Amino acid sequence: MNHSDFPILSLITFLPAVGAILIMLSKREGVTQIRLIALVASFMNFLFSLPLFFSFKSDFTGMQFVEQVPWIREYGMSYFVGIDGISLLLILLTTFFAPICVVACWKDITKRVKEFMICLLLLETGMIGVFVSLDLFLFYVFWEVMLIPMYLLIGVWGNPARRIYAAIKFFLFTMFGSLLMLVAILFLYFYNHSITGEYTFNLLKLYELVNIPTSYQIWLFLAFFLAFAIKVPMFPFHTWLPDAHTEAPTVGSVLLAAVLLKMGTYGFLRFNMPLFPVAAHDFVPLISILAIIGIIYGALVSMVQKDLKRLVAFSSVSHLGFVMLGLFALNVQGVQGGLIQMINHGLSTGALFLIVGMVYERRHTRMIADFGGLSKVMPVFATIFMIVTLSSIGLPGLNGFVGEFLILLGTFKSNVTYAVFAATGVIFAAVYMLWMFQRVMFGEVTKEENKNLKDLSMREIGVLVPILIFIFWIGLYPKTFLSKTETSIQHFLSEFNKKYEACIQNEKNDFLAVNTGEELTVKK
Amino acid sequence: MLDYVWLIPVFPMIGVIINGLLGRNLSKRTVGVVACGVIGLSFLTALLIFIDLVQLPPENRSFEKIIYTWILAGDFKTNIGFLVDPLSIIMMLVVSGVSFLIHIYSVGYMHDDEGFRRYFTYLNLFVFSMLVLVCANNFLLMFVGWEGVGLCSYLLIGFWYQRKEPADAGKKAFVVNRIGDYGFLLAMMLIFVTFGTLNFHGVFEAAHHFQTGNLAILAITLLLFVGATGKSAQIPLYTWLPDAMEGPTPVSALIHAATMVTAGVYMVVRCNVLYVLAPVSLTVVAIVGITTAIFTASMALAANDIKRVLAYSTISQLGYMFLACGVGAFTAGIFHLMTHAFFKALLFLGAGSVMHALAGELDMRKMGALKSHVPKTYWTFLIATLAIAGIFPFAGFFSKDEILWNAFQTSTLLWVLGAGAALMTSFYMFRAVFMTFHGESRVDPEVAKHIHESPPVMTNPLIVLAILSTIGGFVGIPIIKGWNVFHDFLSPITGGHAVESAKITFTHLAYASGQAASAGEAAHHHVGLEILMMIVSLIIAFGGLGLAYYMYIKDPSAPKRLAERFRGLYNLLSNKWFVDEIYDFLFVNPIKRGSGFLWRFFDAKVVDGMVNGSGGLVRWGSSVLKRIQTGYVQNYALSILIGVGAILFYLVLR
Repeated sequence: MNHSDFPILSLITFLPAVGAILIMLSKREGVTQIRLIALVASFMNFLFSLPLFFSFKSDFTGMQFVEQVPWIREYGMSYFVGIDGISLLLILLTTFFAPICVVACWKDITKRVKEFMICLLLLETGMIGVFVSLDLFLFYVFWEVMLIPMYLLIGVWGNPARRIYAAIKFFLFTMFGSLLMLVAILFLYFYNHSITGEYTFNLLKLYELVNIPTSYQIWLFLAFFLAFAIKVPMFPFHTWLPDAHTEAPTVGSVLLAAVLLKMGTYGFLRFNMPLFPVAAHDFVPLISILAIIGIIYGALVSMVQKDLKRLVAFSSVSHLGFVMLGLFALNVQGVQGGLIQMINHGLSTGALFLIVGMVYERRHTRMIADFGGLSKVMPVFATIFMIVTLSSIGLPGLNGFVGEFLILLGTFKSNVTYAVFAATGVIFAAVYMLWMFQRVMFGEVTKEENKNLKDLSMREIGVLVPILIFIFWIGLYPKTFLSKTETSIQHFLSEFNKKYEACIQNEKNDFLAVNTGEELTVKK
Repeated sequence: MLDYVWLIPVFPMIGVIINGLLGRNLSKRTVGVVACGVIGLSFLTALLIFIDLVQLPPENRSFEKIIYTWILAGDFKTNIGFLVDPLSIIMMLVVSGVSFLIHIYSVGYMHDDEGFRRYFTYLNLFVFSMLVLVCANNFLLMFVGWEGVGLCSYLLIGFWYQRKEPADAGKKAFVVNRIGDYGFLLAMMLIFVTFGTLNFHGVFEAAHHFQTGNLAILAITLLLFVGATGKSAQIPLYTWLPDAMEGPTPVSALIHAATMVTAGVYMVVRCNVLYVLAPVSLTVVAIVGITTAIFTASMALAANDIKRVLAYSTISQLGYMFLACGVGAFTAGIFHLMTHAFFKALLFLGAGSVMHALAGELDMRKMGALKSHVPKTYWTFLIATLAIAGIFPFAGFFSKDEILWNAFQTSTLLWVLGAGAALMTSFYMFRAVFMTFHGESRVDPEVAKHIHESPPVMTNPLIVLAILSTIGGFVGIPIIKGWNVFHDFLSPITGGHAVESAKITFTHLAYASGQAASAGEAAHHHVGLEILMMIVSLIIAFGGLGLAYYMYIKDPSAPKRLAERFRGLYNLLSNKWFVDEIYDFLFVNPIKRGSGFLWRFFDAKVVDGMVNGSGGLVRWGSSVLKRIQTGYVQNYALSILIGVGAILFYLVLR
């Protein structure tokens, strides 16, 4: 563990919250000022997060930029943050999207701007907090804190017709999962005490618990699984997502897709797999099959959607199925692919939601049938939309392909059948995305309202171009990013395997001990 | 010069960037010059590299240029890197050369289109992708080009996106291609798992340690071939190509005739080392090839749309190329690929010139007697027809004959079928010539007033292609040792062992009739027999010509009588054997309906039903429970009493 002198992670985590406080102090009427504060805070935060990337030591296996301060000492809670290759890119993704979102909603949000921006910034703090926490209790606090601004974003600024339903559905689904996770966390806490005699929520120390009995592991794994699987969302826990996405305001959808969903997949990598390797191992078939069902099911259901946002939402179910499949391939290619695909999905789906938001702002409808022929009136928009669509389809040369290919390759190495089924997702993705694109962009302009639509403004182009840069960058030169994560993932996998072997060995020994009748005397 | 191979694809990319980003402010003239210029530069570079390459001794003619490491994850590593060897340089020359001519032609053809700039941006992007495909030194980068050309094909078929048909056709092309790509994708993974690399050299080197008939290699080659059937429009994935004719005609010439659709053939030849180890796959390739050749040629017999005739003809000719690969005559496959690029591009451009003259008319029933109006188009079109029909000394004669001769050596049946397809080819092509240029004019009087020959910018490329279609075959003169320059140039890649392996398979197969027994000895050239077979193919070609002449010039009522007589067959042919309808019925509609059901039933009823149901349960439960809270003290007292009683009762009875 290296101790950097400057608490950069805390800075990045709490700077948005400071921005939120500044906004609280400013006048409700100074809308532009509020927006500017939000922009400056989020943009500064992005700038501050860049050194993380550049001074991150790619060949170091442990946690970096660690800060550890006791919080409630008698209960073993501490403010303990740090990152490795797994969380690095996700944090950057978050800080990258925050200013984009502020600019994207510049004109979109006109009511209660102050509260909106506060929610947005607090959400950013929550999201980053989740990714940096290395203390289970701290993690849980951020995990829950983050729910509230998101709930408000959907419930207050959402689509009037069904926003309350969507917000509550979102909240209840996630809450339901998190409560079981809390129980599991507490169990783990007490279990650790019973073994080591120490009360601690320190994740790295809990990692050292090698011999959690399989029966415990299964239940603990399931409790965490439920929380994360709902968040991902994995089939069949996905039904909150289309509603939340559809009813949320544009930037709500963007952050939901780009960052919030990744917390689920991140959770599997950070908690489920390293803490409960035997259970993780045993659950590979179940999770892989659910992931594959998600891939195909999400794609098929996308195909028949009439609402643009709902279509993109279901496509997320399909894409995140790929991510889960990759993570549970349990080899370097699979996990690397899964991790890079989290970023890719963030970029392309985030961009898709921004794009849908832009046409929604113009036409106040999201129904595919209300469009048609937009290529003619909005050529710049058409080009960008096309590139993003292709990125989402996984066209080689763009980002999506790198992730999908590595995932499929990793899966193929561990189980050919899974790969054969999952790869059909590649065909279906082309079907639903291109068909949607065709109906929206091609054909004659049939609707009178569409004839005079304005092409993208400079602000809107400015929102999308940064995303496009990364779409090409990751597609053409993914090494920049893969090299940052490689060591951490190698380390993660070797630790995982080591622990798994140890657990299995232990079970065997116990089994032998019981059978030879020595067990009682030895253990007691 | 070899070091600069990367320039070949980079030039078209520069064109894309200039025209795509800045084109808005450029004049049409500049856009055209830039687009053609960059392709010209690519061609020149390829030519210089070719000259360098032939100066090397044959065994050293393979050069890899690595640019950078693209994807690296654990033991998986792929580069962005290019490969120069006889096979790839031929492809580079054909692709950049034919593209250059078609670019020039397009300047004239698309001159009045408002999407001029967009057109050339896409077209340059296409050439870029195609060149990446053929220059790549590994499967994954080849796949980049492979998908890239598919994308450009999609964009260009749907170029006139405001109409429904082109947009639909574009999507169909992309999706059907994706089905093929699925095979390619799985093949790549299996290759990596089997060989530990995706680099061509690495894989082919490692393949030498494998036995013939190895199961992994069998699976790899079959999966790759699935990819090839998608891109090269073979059974069962050919249905997108006829529809692709909705795109601008030069696009049909470039993408759907000369270059992109031959990618599958290129890929099979590139992997010939693997295919030779999998005789069963070779057999599959041969059977699919010959079946496609026959089947789609039959569709061309009754088609009236000139571009569709050419489209079916393309599929059929691609079938020939696969037949060649399937019998192990990989060189012959590439030879036909090259000559076909010349004459088929010429035919399409000629058809485009006719459309240009007739205000976009495609129906051959509304043409006729155009010979004198568009002389340059006519003569060049005729030369191309002679070439495709396989008439000496035009290019198609040499390449087609080489394929048929190789097929004959493998199995008589393959030869008979191949010859049958050749007969049909000759017939439908001369039918097209006679219906379009000869006989009586059936042109609309309105249109007839404006018939005009195309401008030189369009006819000059026709003339160049006509010259190539005439003399292009002489690089592969058979029989005389040392004169088949083409064959000798490619032999380091395709090797000599290929034919033998294919023959062995066919000998084992029951249908390879009595002739097969003598297949082994036929390996030694029977000069007399070979010449005899050439004469037979010539007779066949002239037979088709004669039949077409009789039916469309001598006795114009004959086709009608024939159609009435064999109504059923005619309907089958003119409806393309109803394959599209069958696919819709079997695959497209069930998937559409099934997906709707999944969403409405599973999502809305099952999952949300459970969620909302549990919400309802809680509400119901609480509504029941809330009745207990009456607020009357005596009720509470009563319940306490009952409780105490129950506990006592329990304690007493325990």
